[in-house]
Amino acid sequence: MEITVKIFRYNPEKDQRGHYVSYTVEADPNDRVLDVLELIKGHKDGSLSFRRSCAHGVCGSDAMRINGRNMLACKTLIRDVGANITVEPLMGLKVAKDLIVDMDPFFDNYKKMLPYMINESPLPADGRERLQSPEQRARFDESTKCIMCAACTTSCPSFWASDEYYGPAALVAAHRFVFDSRDEGASQRLEILSETNGTVRCHTAYNCTNACPRDIQVTKAIGELKMAMVTGKLE
Amino acid sequence: MANVHQFEVIVVGAGGAGLMAGLYASRGAKTAIISKMYPTRSHTGAAQGGISAALGNYEEDKPEWHMYDTVKGSDYLGDQDAIEFMTSEAIDAVLELEHMGLPFDRTPEGRISQRPFGGHTNNETGQPVRRAAHAADRTGHMILQTLYQQCIKNEVTFFDEYQVLDFIMVDGKAAGVVAVELASGELHTFHAKAVIFATGGYGRIFEVTSNAYAYTGDGCSILLKKGLPLEDMEFFQFHPTGIYKLGILITEGARGEGAVLINGKGERFMPKYAATVKDLASRDVVSRAIYTEIKEGRGINGKNYVYLDIRPETVNRYAAEDGRTNPDGSPIIITGETVLKKIPDIVDFCRVYLGVDPVTQLMPTQPTAHYAMGGIPTNKFGEVVTDDKGTTIPGLYAAGECACVSVHGANRLGTNSLLDIVVFGKHAGLKAAEYSKTAQFGKMPQDAEAGARSEFEALMNGSGKENVYDLSNEMKNVMFADVGIYRNEKDMQSALEKIREMQKRFKDVKVSDTGKVFNTELLNAWELGNLLDVAEVVAASALNRKESRGGHSREDYPERDDENWLKHTLIAKRNGKLEISYKPVVITKHQPKPRVY
Repeated sequence: MEITVKIFRYNPEKDQRGHYVSYTVEADPNDRVLDVLELIKGHKDGSLSFRRSCAHGVCGSDAMRINGRNMLACKTLIRDVGANITVEPLMGLKVAKDLIVDMDPFFDNYKKMLPYMINESPLPADGRERLQSPEQRARFDESTKCIMCAACTTSCPSFWASDEYYGPAALVAAHRFVFDSRDEGASQRLEILSETNGTVRCHTAYNCTNACPRDIQVTKAIGELKMAMVTGKLE
Repeated sequence: MANVHQFEVIVVGAGGAGLMAGLYASRGAKTAIISKMYPTRSHTGAAQGGISAALGNYEEDKPEWHMYDTVKGSDYLGDQDAIEFMTSEAIDAVLELEHMGLPFDRTPEGRISQRPFGGHTNNETGQPVRRAAHAADRTGHMILQTLYQQCIKNEVTFFDEYQVLDFIMVDGKAAGVVAVELASGELHTFHAKAVIFATGGYGRIFEVTSNAYAYTGDGCSILLKKGLPLEDMEFFQFHPTGIYKLGILITEGARGEGAVLINGKGERFMPKYAATVKDLASRDVVSRAIYTEIKEGRGINGKNYVYLDIRPETVNRYAAEDGRTNPDGSPIIITGETVLKKIPDIVDFCRVYLGVDPVTQLMPTQPTAHYAMGGIPTNKFGEVVTDDKGTTIPGLYAAGECACVSVHGANRLGTNSLLDIVVFGKHAGLKAAEYSKTAQFGKMPQDAEAGARSEFEALMNGSGKENVYDLSNEMKNVMFADVGIYRNEKDMQSALEKIREMQKRFKDVKVSDTGKVFNTELLNAWELGNLLDVAEVVAASALNRKESRGGHSREDYPERDDENWLKHTLIAKRNGKLEISYKPVVITKHQPKPRVY
């Protein structure tokens, strides 16, 4: 089938501002949007720039706006988005070139969550694993699925309003450790989250949950963090 | 010069091996990790099924069995001293990951859960053993995240989105690397005492592959250009179950959880090829079995794929027929919910890319190019060696898929790659830090960036007759068709000639993007050069080895030939010519014998 792809283009070395260029190419309904971008880059305009790596939705490189919604280009098939497609960079992060945005602020917010196991207690005397029941493990299972693609954070109206907000992805990272029975850093993280750029900025728009390509219930996870801050309980 | 940096240890690549190396090196030396992507994008994150260690959390297991299975899996080409080292460190390595916070799945007693995997057995019964420690079907993702988190905690220095282009060697010693910062297009020189390559594999030389776009053999190619040898490049693993046409991996863990392979006649065919472990034979055996079924007309509807079946009724039926039980002896009875819980990502991939629901439908699969057993020759400390005498290059290290220790020999067992990156990443990091304590910084050449600059200039100034996208597809098709699962003299000779022709045509590539900021066209063109370099030595090494062993199966030499070929290949390119030499295999405890599963 013939499809038309309208792509946001911006080259900081040439352009005052971004503009759109339309490309018409042959595609199969089962092609990924990423396949089509590769084809356009290969045959129409080599300068078109975007990030990609694994091409099957696990590395988080190619989140972008496709027909107005945040998606992974490698996990979105042509048959699901039709023959007229608009592709744009994520919103709320500075565009560096075409579909590439500056991800440094995003990763900086992640790092503010103390995103690592905090446990100063002695290891089990036999040197073996710290025990954790399957139920305790299940408590934070969903938030371990995050691939840090930024689809959630850059769909959030509160993040658009203020990029000081840590954003949903950082809160998911906090959730992953706060509800891990082996971790002892919950109070430190909840303290950080109680600051003005923390959970208080979530107004439950649910955009993040809709945007997540890993089907993480992001808004629910943020709600659980809020509940933990109010009750002081990590159930 | 503004863009000059100095670190005692430079790690190139931020997947599992690079992060582990960086973490350990940074404890003893001023260290930086350079990666062409953000670390969390690395291909370690795509590993699914598990990491092996004889923890024995469900049933009896021991490191000695793990060692034997790995030796046998390698078709006796793995170096047994290195294999013993890796399997004896495995338990501590997995426990260390748990202590770092890795969220492994759990047994009812709260210990790390383990599942069966191909080729991992109880050596007394020959039956599959639960050895693969797992976190659902995203074990690699959790290892990558956990190690990145530890690097953040330990304040390791990162240069994200910097592509290393050249390795600088002075007086036969490592002196640093040259890299381009993708965001600015500026070249940077990194002066170092020790350089650790952890740049991953090169599956992108093949048409159907589970490998990421980033897997372009950069580290191997950079060292090849320096005249250094690569080892056992003819051994490339084709994973039996890639999603039909796309090559996306369906973990062996699916078969570990009881899935079976079904041909076009609706038969479970693996018992014909591996009577004892059946669908859990090692990967080379299963891939050849699938290929044979297809060749003999038993593909699905006559096409080149078969089905993988994890529907609960199928799993339960064959578990009962095989006499497989749960660890407590109760019958295996799974439900649709079990499938969703054990392999959620696989279910997701099948639904998205195939419109198939594995709980109720069959998954169309075909072998997919998956893992490079060969690579940069190293000893078990990650030190790069250059000949059959173990001569090293002071300050140069490699670890992970880009390296060849060799622990995988002619065929890697599933889950041993994740173990490899953790164990050898750590030891390369430790060794590099130790070396840098006494070593001096080498004197950098006056214009260290000259080599990198001229490679880029050539790509900017070609005639433009050739197109990177098309040339790349041509290479992948040739390699997959002629240097794939089954190989023969005529096809490989033809492939080698075509690749060499393509290397010449590559000089006519012209990058149209003249900018500096994120010039991904230039980067992709440079990567294609690396792929062609690697493809050439893969084809030449394969053509040279006149026997069948592990992942290298020749129609014209169908038997393993220990008398002539129980040796590693070393291949180097010097003055435009390929030179092949050999290195003996280290055999300690297990003498080669016929390999039956």
